[in-house]
Amino acid sequence: MPKTLLLVGTRKGCFLLESDGDRRDWTPRGPFCEGWPVYHAIYDDSTATIFAAAASEWHGSAVWRSTDLGETWTLSSEGLAYDEDGERKVSKVSTLAAKDGRVLVGVEAPGIFESRDGGDTWSVLSTLEDQPGSELWDDPANQPPGHLGISALMFDTDDPARFWAIVQGMGLFETTDDAATWTPRNRGLRADWPRPHEEVGFCVHKLVRSRVDGDRMYQQNHVGMHRSDDAGHTWVEITEGLPTEFGFAAATHPHDPETFYVVPLDPGHGRTMPEGHAAVWRTQNAGSSWARLDQGLPNQDAHLGVLREAMAIDSYDVPGLYFGTSTGQLFASVDEGESWSEIASYLPAISSVEVAVLE
Amino acid sequence: MADLHLPGTLTPLFTDLPRRLDVDAHTVDEVIAHLEQRWPGLRDRLCEPGPNLRTHIHVYVDRERATLDTELEPHSRIDVIAAISGG
Repeated sequence: MPKTLLLVGTRKGCFLLESDGDRRDWTPRGPFCEGWPVYHAIYDDSTATIFAAAASEWHGSAVWRSTDLGETWTLSSEGLAYDEDGERKVSKVSTLAAKDGRVLVGVEAPGIFESRDGGDTWSVLSTLEDQPGSELWDDPANQPPGHLGISALMFDTDDPARFWAIVQGMGLFETTDDAATWTPRNRGLRADWPRPHEEVGFCVHKLVRSRVDGDRMYQQNHVGMHRSDDAGHTWVEITEGLPTEFGFAAATHPHDPETFYVVPLDPGHGRTMPEGHAAVWRTQNAGSSWARLDQGLPNQDAHLGVLREAMAIDSYDVPGLYFGTSTGQLFASVDEGESWSEIASYLPAISSVEVAVLE
Repeated sequence: MADLHLPGTLTPLFTDLPRRLDVDAHTVDEVIAHLEQRWPGLRDRLCEPGPNLRTHIHVYVDRERATLDTELEPHSRIDVIAAISGG
């Protein structure tokens, strides 16, 4: 019987919830990481290790790890710093990605660090220097709220030298030579503000890629939903039919490249679900039309926010979806989003939700 | 020997790190170097590149606010405080 493990990063530590393959009953554990704010927690199946990117107000940034499913934890920030002679500082570790025993962490000021020894030590892999816009992103006056720097990293399924990075407020970049060179991948995106460079200045909130068609990508942008059919080289907008153009979280169906989930939010400062009506929205035709999925979710007075890493989908034949809110509720669906149940109600503010199926 | 007192937020991060210990050192920086030798990674929890004490880590030597360069008397009391902040 497989075990299903949810990894929940919150403002007050990391939590784990376990279930079996039925995913009906969940056992929570935590908080871990000494209650540090956890921005992203992942499970690396190549090393059976949990990694959690955390940044304490008092004790700085570090990556926590557990090799025994949360029973014991250690942390390290050895090497997780820029040159002492320079002006750049690591203020936050924002996002994680792991593949084949290698771990990447995205940080602010924008940069990517890597570990090849299971998180014991870290070294700078890239700061995307000389990319258009890089002259702006080291200036604190130009940094968007949240100060995430590199807000997301995504490995290619097959090629370990190929991955994508989002620079918060700047856009999406791809490398195919292990970060030696980068290419902006923002063509066709919309931006409703002046941009000093043609290729960057786009506010990419979340990038996801189909597991069965590597050319199919989706992104939730600050302004609109977008789809790519050529692995991010060009984008088309698919917002029509959604209640708002704004949101953070997104997930792709693991077996169907036409199916994709988002959580639209009001685009103002509130950034909660429109009209207090909680819903996940799904397309099953690559964005030609959208359907609201809200059975079991609160339909009034539910002013819920969902952040960029706070929705996940598992890999079962009938996949389960999970999302966490910035007010600490965790919702799950075991029928592809058709119906939902609240599996945790009083967690701290949730930053990230990831799911692993352990055989 | 200086009489060192550490914050409760620090000790869970390192195996067998006590809240109070005696340290033979001449400056605050040497105190932290001593701790780093026995508990690798500890300096990074108290200092940021520069090096400087982290913004919300306050050190007092004999009740006076100190920096890394502050010198110690033979029996100084050193209090490392995680500033009361946050929510």
